[in-house]
Amino acid sequence: MAIIETVELTRRFGELTAVDSLTVSVQLGEVFGLLGPNGAGKTTVIKMLTTLLRPTSGEARIAGFSITKNGVDVRRIIGYVPQLLSADSTLTGYENLMVFAKLYDIPRAERKSRMTEALSFMGLQEVANKLVRTYSGGMIRRLEIIQSILHRPRVLFLDEPTVGLDPLARKALWEHINKLRVEYGTTIFLTTHLMEEADRLCSRVAIMHHGKLVALGAPAELKASIGAADATLDDAFIHFTGDVLESGGSYRETSRTRRTAQRLG
Amino acid sequence: MRHPEQGGQLNDSAEQALKRTNPLAIVTSFIRKTLAIAEMEARKMRHDPTELAFRAVQPALWLLVFGQVFTRTHVIPTGDLSYLDFMTPGVLAQSVLFIAIFSGMTIIWERDLGIIHKFVASPTPRVALSLGKALAGGVRAFSQAIVVYVLALLLHVNINWNPLSLIGVLILVVLGAATFTAFSLVIAFLVKTRERFMGIGQVLTMPFFFASNALYPISIMPDWLKVIAHINPLTYQVDALRDLMLSGGSSSFGLPLDFGVLVMATTVLVIISGWLYPRAAT
Repeated sequence: MAIIETVELTRRFGELTAVDSLTVSVQLGEVFGLLGPNGAGKTTVIKMLTTLLRPTSGEARIAGFSITKNGVDVRRIIGYVPQLLSADSTLTGYENLMVFAKLYDIPRAERKSRMTEALSFMGLQEVANKLVRTYSGGMIRRLEIIQSILHRPRVLFLDEPTVGLDPLARKALWEHINKLRVEYGTTIFLTTHLMEEADRLCSRVAIMHHGKLVALGAPAELKASIGAADATLDDAFIHFTGDVLESGGSYRETSRTRRTAQRLG
Repeated sequence: MRHPEQGGQLNDSAEQALKRTNPLAIVTSFIRKTLAIAEMEARKMRHDPTELAFRAVQPALWLLVFGQVFTRTHVIPTGDLSYLDFMTPGVLAQSVLFIAIFSGMTIIWERDLGIIHKFVASPTPRVALSLGKALAGGVRAFSQAIVVYVLALLLHVNINWNPLSLIGVLILVVLGAATFTAFSLVIAFLVKTRERFMGIGQVLTMPFFFASNALYPISIMPDWLKVIAHINPLTYQVDALRDLMLSGGSSSFGLPLDFGVLVMATTVLVIISGWLYPRAAT
């Protein structure tokens, strides 16, 4: 059963077509990875699916709700962790959770138990009452994910979840994301430009390049499809996106990514 | 959270769908979410009250230095009130204005980080987001009211201690702060960068202050300034404060008009900033 379906989803910014007629469907319970070099349009796709950005044309449905016509319904059933920092450093972890528990209409009687459960799930119960500015990068990311799963979303969107994390924190986060899928059956839609991440986490990946879908399939299928022996997902990525060296996003994007990386590190 | 496709989840959403069409449930949900935002902002203040401490300096300077000097000159016609009495409500309104007008700064910060994206992607009415922030501006302004009342006591200003009047003053402080906080949100959404926001904030505060009845009565202004003073919400806040804060003070426009103007200004600005909110998350 498809939980996300996009049909010719397109977004233009002036002359630039950031996302060009994207048609994909994501199955219930899978971890779906959207891959591509910086500036390929991954974040734009997520912003459209999370209703932050209206598509120029085309349509997408999440659990049957249209992202253009049923925005409020879509927002109720999704969770979203932006690429940028979304936990407030001037509040404690607990306070960061509480405000979202209220905004997502979690009944008062359940708030405490859900927050405690989620905090222990991500191993943050010890620091729940400390200000987020004292957290490590990995802890911040885990808190941000909890903020977005308290209401038990049908789909969780993770935009570059491990950007700026060191290898250890990255591996720990991968385990948590996997656990989320296994234990809660949450469908996860993530973007990444790390092939190892896609290989480890995703049941299927879509590769985007210059706004267009260039490959779609399980990591193993993509590796097999390029015909070289012992191909890695990196090889497949280079095969499908061609010369990746020339793309690099805008100055503004680079500055944001670096700032996030710096804050998380 | 387990097995989302099973029965419990569906019943949940059916129940929620029913709730969503009930007008009373919509209103209570709106109020609850507004208060959740306001509470969050209030908690931030509690974690770091240094800003509030620094904000106390300005009203102290106005009352202790400017007020003490000008009350001796008798050049400004203030009726039966001493000049110090006359300007005390003006200084309160001014310090509320100053604390509120820079609160949009946090929006720019939240936007640069990515915090705003998460709020906009949640099922929260946009106006609840902006109204919550505006009310939080009101709470922040309480601290200024306390500072001004303490100073007024020390300087023997003829304060009206009637509890009803005090409540009226608190409501005025919240309304005035909400008006200018919402105004500040609108500016923040439009200018987008810290540098421009700080610049515009500096440029706007003094005209609001000087083109009002905070330091002198409207009657002695040149005509062009009178016109501006009459469309300045700060004027109505000061006018009502002068009536409620001072024993012997009186309002020139009448309290209903004063409160009406402030409620209208807050409503319009909160709606505009709520409408601009999602644009900050794209």
